[in-house]
Amino acid sequence: MPRTVSRALHPGAWWAWALGLVVAASRTSNPLLLLLVVAVAGYVVSARRTSAPWARSYATFLRLGLFVVVLRLVFEVVFGAAEVGTVLFSLPEVPLPDWAAGVRIGGPVTAPGLLFALYEGLRLATLLACFGAANSLANPSRLLRCLPAALYEIGVAVVVAVTLAPQLVTDVGRVRQARRLRGRPDRGLAGFGSVAMPVLEGALERSMALAAAMDSRGYGRSAGVPVVARRVTAALLLTGLIGVCAGTYGLLDGGTTDVAGINVLGLPLLAAGLAVAGVGFGLAGRRVQRTRYRPDPWRLPEWSVTAAGAAAAIALVVAGSVGVDLIGATSPPAWPTLPLLPTAGILLALLPAWVAPQPPDAGVGTG
Amino acid sequence: MIRFDDVTVHYAGATEPVLHRVTLHVPEGELALVVGRTGSGKSTLLRAVNGLVPHFTGGTLTGRVTVDGRDTRTHPPRELADVVGYVGQDPLAGFVMDIVEDELAYGMESLALPPAVMRRRVEETLDLLGLADLRARPLRTLSGGQRQRVAIGSVLATHPKVLVLDEPTSALDPAAAEDVLAAVQRLVHDLGLTVLLAEHRLERVVQYADRVIRFGEDGRTVESGTPAEIMVRGAAGPPVVALGRLAGWDPLPLTVRDARRLAGPLRERLAHLVTPTKPDGERPTGDAAAPVATARRVSVSYGRMRALHSVSLAVAPGEIVAVMGRNGAGKSTLLNTLVGLRRPDSGEVRVGGRAPADLPGRSLLSHVGLVPQEPGDLLYADTVLAECATSDRDAGLVAGTTARLLGRLAPDVDGLLHPADLSEGQRLALVLAIVLAAEPPLLLLDEPTRGLDYGAKERLVAILRDLAGRGHAIVLATHDVELVADAATRTVVLADGEIVADGSTSEVVVGSPTFAPQVAKILGAGPWLTVSQVAAALAAVS
Repeated sequence: MPRTVSRALHPGAWWAWALGLVVAASRTSNPLLLLLVVAVAGYVVSARRTSAPWARSYATFLRLGLFVVVLRLVFEVVFGAAEVGTVLFSLPEVPLPDWAAGVRIGGPVTAPGLLFALYEGLRLATLLACFGAANSLANPSRLLRCLPAALYEIGVAVVVAVTLAPQLVTDVGRVRQARRLRGRPDRGLAGFGSVAMPVLEGALERSMALAAAMDSRGYGRSAGVPVVARRVTAALLLTGLIGVCAGTYGLLDGGTTDVAGINVLGLPLLAAGLAVAGVGFGLAGRRVQRTRYRPDPWRLPEWSVTAAGAAAAIALVVAGSVGVDLIGATSPPAWPTLPLLPTAGILLALLPAWVAPQPPDAGVGTG
Repeated sequence: MIRFDDVTVHYAGATEPVLHRVTLHVPEGELALVVGRTGSGKSTLLRAVNGLVPHFTGGTLTGRVTVDGRDTRTHPPRELADVVGYVGQDPLAGFVMDIVEDELAYGMESLALPPAVMRRRVEETLDLLGLADLRARPLRTLSGGQRQRVAIGSVLATHPKVLVLDEPTSALDPAAAEDVLAAVQRLVHDLGLTVLLAEHRLERVVQYADRVIRFGEDGRTVESGTPAEIMVRGAAGPPVVALGRLAGWDPLPLTVRDARRLAGPLRERLAHLVTPTKPDGERPTGDAAAPVATARRVSVSYGRMRALHSVSLAVAPGEIVAVMGRNGAGKSTLLNTLVGLRRPDSGEVRVGGRAPADLPGRSLLSHVGLVPQEPGDLLYADTVLAECATSDRDAGLVAGTTARLLGRLAPDVDGLLHPADLSEGQRLALVLAIVLAAEPPLLLLDEPTRGLDYGAKERLVAILRDLAGRGHAIVLATHDVELVADAATRTVVLADGEIVADGSTSEVVVGSPTFAPQVAKILGAGPWLTVSQVAAALAAVS
């Protein structure tokens, strides 16, 4: 597809790209590399976001990340364990009873301790920034439409919930106005109680109306499915998803449970989980009789964006296994450097800013 | 196509059945209009067609409803989705997706149509209903008429054989209503669709109907026949029918065009008569008496959207001012500004010499009252009597004031009912009683006739005239041209937040093709606006 044609990139591709960055960031505590990841994500977001409401979420996530960093530092100052190293200053220590041994409040604050906390916080903030990037680039309702057929009903429920939330806000305004028209207080605790009731009633009524409308439009038409088949499907889905979660944890955690030199909690478990869940989805999808209108295509740009994210992840994983130092040195503190391979990998993740198609114009955009 | 055999519907807990032994048949390709008083069971009848009654609502249905040979007993609504398209009263409440195009495709997705077919039909539907420009718009940003057309399109895309519409034009301005009805009529003509449609404003739809199904006054009998047959009998009807009955025209005309061809003699007789008495009699207008409320160069905007632009208006005691204009022209904003819910961005609003936005709760009540578009918003209590009691307390009145007022407005309301169980007209009367209890000199009503049948509307007009007679100033925002012709002494037309016309109703309304009432259209450029004026003039001569 020529780059001049503007279209929305498949939301799954944005998420794959962001997850690549997440994996990369989780493998390092080098502050320069982490900041590079944030910068790369930020640049791509600024190049390819729309004017839709969710597109502003990157800034929100950045602020959240900053908050996490500050919080981590405060915790370190207050609860930090005594370490060797330069003592910057000392807080008065609160004496704790014997059973609370290991917990400390106050006391000396060391430079390595603070630095370590800063890097840890920065890593969390970077992960948040990656999620923020995916959130602001991918249209959430289109993402839900990509869910496998088995999850279709959950997807519709989420879409409905998402569209209902702004309606609730309008309702609160309307009921408040109505209270004022009757000369009653519309603020304060008493006001809140009597505003909440009509709003909830309204929401309930609207849900009933929506349910009726969906029913009359064929929602949930399905062929009869035997109970056994349904249970097998559910069991497969559940086991598979647990496997996926555990595998992802193992992968992000970075090698804790080695059996015969292989990290079993990582890739192998993730793969097995995906396989089981895939079978489950396939079985469940077969009983849902519906089709999809204009599904987002998965073409070359999607592959390129996914590959760019994967490149960052692979670069960091490989670098870690061949012994490149990815740890931000804290004891003794040393100025961090930019190792070649990881830096190159992360920079590759910048590519979507050019290979992804321009999103449709804001005026006629996907809203 | 649609067949009811001896159908009785009884909701759980109700003493009387809603539908009582209804038998009727709507053949393929007809547009059938369902009329009757509010609460007479029209919605139940419509919802029984696709099985929402009783599968969704509960209750007991005896007898048999078949659509295209399918019995609703064995087919729940979702299994009838390919045959019946149902659009409820509030289209926004029925939207599932967030964008026009996806909404149109939703029903087809549920029916598992192949993607290629879906793609083609979405395009066809966009063209058929004139929605092509709106395809990527979020549904919430659409106007009322656009929403209604999207709702109709979204059920049409599945190519049903039957289309069921519950009050499709009640929230629309005259032009948007005509758009929607024209689209429906084209579907009937071009696609051979069978349409079942409920509507209160007969003047808008009766000319399109092939068949009228009427619920009797007692709520028990249901009769079905051609529009002319049904309209000859019975009291209520659109002005064109009422005028036809008054003049004794035969056959009874249903359209303005037919009536105009028969109206020659009547026009001549009326030409020699005195000009009609204005609905208000001869009372001082805006400049004579001190105004109750004034707005001076008021501007209001929401974000970048300008809702009102430099609007100036003065309302005198005893005036009934109708505010008309398209959906979104700024009518509701004007009322909200007058009642102080919205502070003007620039300009000044004064009600009884005070800025309404600064008035604290209770003293607001004694200055100005607003009946909002959804009167139910103002009601919180469990019973009508409790509602009246809280109203007395809120306004600091002698206990029983509101209840007495309600007794005058609507004598037959059962005080122990839950406000939600009242008919639209009764609920409106209750809210009117609450708002009027503190005797505000200025009364504002937003779309008061939405969902009201002709009887309830007549009572409302009588009440408004009575209030105006006792010195209240009244401002109505409405789409109902017949109500304006009947009640308003003065009409203000808003367009894009600006006043484009302001004058006595007869001057403003007669010249406009959209806002002219039927009588004015039939009798030509005369002073005649309503059937009652004509009747009074004729009675005075004979």
